[in-house]
Amino acid sequence: MAGPTTTSLAVKSAQAAGPRTIRNPWWVRVAFMTIAFAFVAFFLVLPLAAVFGEALRKGVGAFFLAFADPDALSAIKLTLTTAAIAVPANLVFGVAASWCIAKFDFRGKSILTTLIDLPFAVSPVISGLIYVLVFGAQGWYGQYLNAEAPWFPALQAWLIAQDFKIIFAVPGIVLATIFVTFPFVARELIPLMQAQGSDEEYAALTLGANGWQTFWYVTLPNIKWGLFYGVILCNARAMGEFGAVSVVSGHIRGETNTMPLHVEILYNEYNFVAAFAVSSLLALLALVTLVLKSFIEWQHTRSRSLKASES
Amino acid sequence: MSLSTLKSRAFRRRILPGFGLSLGFTLAYLGLIVLIPLSAAFIRSSGMSWEEFGAAVASPRVLASYKLSFGVSLLAASVNAFFGFILAWVLVRYTFPGRGVIDALVDLPFALPTAVAGIALTAIYAGNGWVGQWLEPAWAAGVRHLGERMPGIDWAGWLGTKLAFDRAGVFIALTFIGLPFVVRTVQPVIAELQPELEEAAATLGANRWQTMTRVILPELMPALITGFALAFARALGEYGSVVFIAGNQPMHSEITPLLIITKLEQYDYRGATAIACVMLVASFVLLLLINLLQKWSRRYHQV
Amino acid sequence: MKLSSLFLIAAALATAGVAAAKNIQLLNVSYDPTRELYTDFNRAFAAHWEAKTGDVVTVKQSHGGSGKQARSVIDGLPADVVTLALAGDVDALHANGRLIPADWQQRLPHNSAPYTSTIVFLVRAGNPRGIKDWDDLAKPGVSVITPNPKTSGGAQWNYLAAWEFARRKLGGDEAAKVFVRTLYKNVPVLDSGARGSTTTFVQRGIGDVFISWENEAFLALKEFGPDKFEIVVPSLSILAEPTVTVVDKVVKKKGTAEVARAYLEYLYSEEGQDIAGRHFYRPAVSAKAKAKYAAQFPQVELFTIGEAFGGWAQAKKTHFADGGTFDQIYAP
Repeated sequence: MAGPTTTSLAVKSAQAAGPRTIRNPWWVRVAFMTIAFAFVAFFLVLPLAAVFGEALRKGVGAFFLAFADPDALSAIKLTLTTAAIAVPANLVFGVAASWCIAKFDFRGKSILTTLIDLPFAVSPVISGLIYVLVFGAQGWYGQYLNAEAPWFPALQAWLIAQDFKIIFAVPGIVLATIFVTFPFVARELIPLMQAQGSDEEYAALTLGANGWQTFWYVTLPNIKWGLFYGVILCNARAMGEFGAVSVVSGHIRGETNTMPLHVEILYNEYNFVAAFAVSSLLALLALVTLVLKSFIEWQHTRSRSLKASES
Repeated sequence: MSLSTLKSRAFRRRILPGFGLSLGFTLAYLGLIVLIPLSAAFIRSSGMSWEEFGAAVASPRVLASYKLSFGVSLLAASVNAFFGFILAWVLVRYTFPGRGVIDALVDLPFALPTAVAGIALTAIYAGNGWVGQWLEPAWAAGVRHLGERMPGIDWAGWLGTKLAFDRAGVFIALTFIGLPFVVRTVQPVIAELQPELEEAAATLGANRWQTMTRVILPELMPALITGFALAFARALGEYGSVVFIAGNQPMHSEITPLLIITKLEQYDYRGATAIACVMLVASFVLLLLINLLQKWSRRYHQV
Repeated sequence: MKLSSLFLIAAALATAGVAAAKNIQLLNVSYDPTRELYTDFNRAFAAHWEAKTGDVVTVKQSHGGSGKQARSVIDGLPADVVTLALAGDVDALHANGRLIPADWQQRLPHNSAPYTSTIVFLVRAGNPRGIKDWDDLAKPGVSVITPNPKTSGGAQWNYLAAWEFARRKLGGDEAAKVFVRTLYKNVPVLDSGARGSTTTFVQRGIGDVFISWENEAFLALKEFGPDKFEIVVPSLSILAEPTVTVVDKVVKKKGTAEVARAYLEYLYSEEGQDIAGRHFYRPAVSAKAKAKYAAQFPQVELFTIGEAFGGWAQAKKTHFADGGTFDQIYAP
């Protein structure tokens, strides 16, 4: 099944077919294209243009000044750190989940697949809220730290001594980000691995390869584009998440502000040029994501058609 | 199912390694990151009495926010279904310069951070924005003109209609973020449409309109509905882009996720959690529905 | 050399380093419009503290709607000090989680309010709508910008000032409620913080009049020029007392009690009061700063929350709690 991912490689490559022979009358074509172009212009091109236009409104100097601010730099650093933890974590999960779902049959498989999709359907605000409920000072974690007679007193003492903070600190931001980007890699890999079947793996095992070797040399090369695809989507969302992170961040400047939160702060400081300058960096990231995505789709279709012509 | 696949099923269960490890890790990770935190929302609100819970999730202000969130999400998803279909059609069926670029751009709402989308859309559609500065006076002039033509109707309420900072702003933001879903679910189905079907319809004397409504649209329906449901689910939970452009008036332009935040900011954890539970149940139901829809649509296309 | 002795040396070096010149970090959790004030004040305090003790203090800032900020601290945001818009939000730190003692307000001079402010109107240049006083805001067709009192401290002052004006002029709470309801019908955008509202009014060009902190109105005037905006002073307004306190539970844990207290006390020093005045807050204690900035602040009749509403606890309960008057005026 191709769950609620926007696009899945498995699906996308099906449409390499190109235009068909039957054509609508010219006026239908013109009408369709006009409507489509207007829609794209108003909802896609214009917002993108607005970001860059507003960012450069006061010239290139003001644009670059936005990045001289140490708070902006630390926001960029935090965003990169968060993505650097969240994406690999979800990558490992995605591979493990798709391995057991695509290669094995077991009871409750479809429930598991649905549960993996769950974070897609949950509002980002709720994603943040639930972590506050678990880890906040008034939440389970806080209650544990303040408990008079806790379970495992040694653990409580250790946690207090370490002063290990989750909410309003980097771990909370990372956790909320992992939640929000949870299904991305898994959702890409499951249909891909299902479609590919396991014959090559059996062959490798029969030839004497062990489990890891089979995975590294047989499975991984087959799924590498899907993997990469999932990773860049996951990364784009991880760097851009606003709602969930806003709930758990605490908005300490230079410490727990990610780039999207920094945009909000600048926006609220009459500093529109800087807000849009940081935004333009994020928009640039989005564009790079789109380019990479198109490139992978192209690679994938090409390797498929190569394979098809070989066999 | 053929004999050989049955055999290989029994066979691979034994042969392929890593089942225990991968399933164990998957379940543990899922439990720690998703299920336990989500259960916190339900456990927290289970401490409330039914009266308290009812008062929290069904006060007039909360009801108004459901109405807005569900209503506008529905509207935005419908608009996306319509325009998304046309866009997908154009992208698959027509060749024109820049097709690849537009095709790639369709995913922009997915890749662009919602906060950036929010301030960009505000910069465009606010009364002094790129588009708003032209549209709002034009609208007011249009309404005034109509008022002169048809004086019997009370036009005053329409006069001050704004794009940003009103319900229209919520609509714009939700349409933006839901845009890729319909296009991406319908696109592959259009690509796989059998040209023979259309040819046959034409030979049997159907005109283009009849072919479209009687042959092509029914074929696309499962995908369209799936895309619609996905866009709807996404719109329902959206927060980042909406708060910048909505105006956020209680009873009027306040979406449910914002209300959760507002409750949270008044230390009303129980109220926030209760509303969150309602939203969560709605999302679960939607998710199940989407899965069923996709199963249906796959079966539909296999037959 | 054994590994353990290496550790010992490292530890000794580390403690020696700390003893020589400490690097201290404080977190000041504040409300929306104080960004510029505390950016300046933190610099001044860091210089003062380094001169006095040799230690380097970095003060981190966090800003947002006052109620929201209090909530974050209650949930565990490690604020050494809070400098919030109103005493009611600081009270919440005692009520939820006992982060501070009940008598926190007695610990610093002037009820822990080092500066005061009031509520004024910001209108567009030339005052095209002819706004003079509170009752002009409830006239049909006037568009009013104010933040959401549920989340913004400033908005609560706004709301209460309008209420008290109506109660005095029209007589009685019922009349006041009707007045406030009419007024809020004129509000097209309710932002969650004061700063969001300023942006809406100033940048987005929405609304005819913005009910604003006095300091925020002056700041907008300074940033965008008097050719764009004017300040209108109503006949009656509220004495707004933003309050500050050390968060005992946090400083005890972090060991920053001394410097956090000194930080807040410095707000009452001549320099602190002068910085407040410079950022359009009314200095509360220094006669010198009061005299220096007297000319910039308009004369206005002010009432206090205590005399009109019996204090914050009462005002919050009657007006801003769930089902309070603010919810009632939006009920159909």
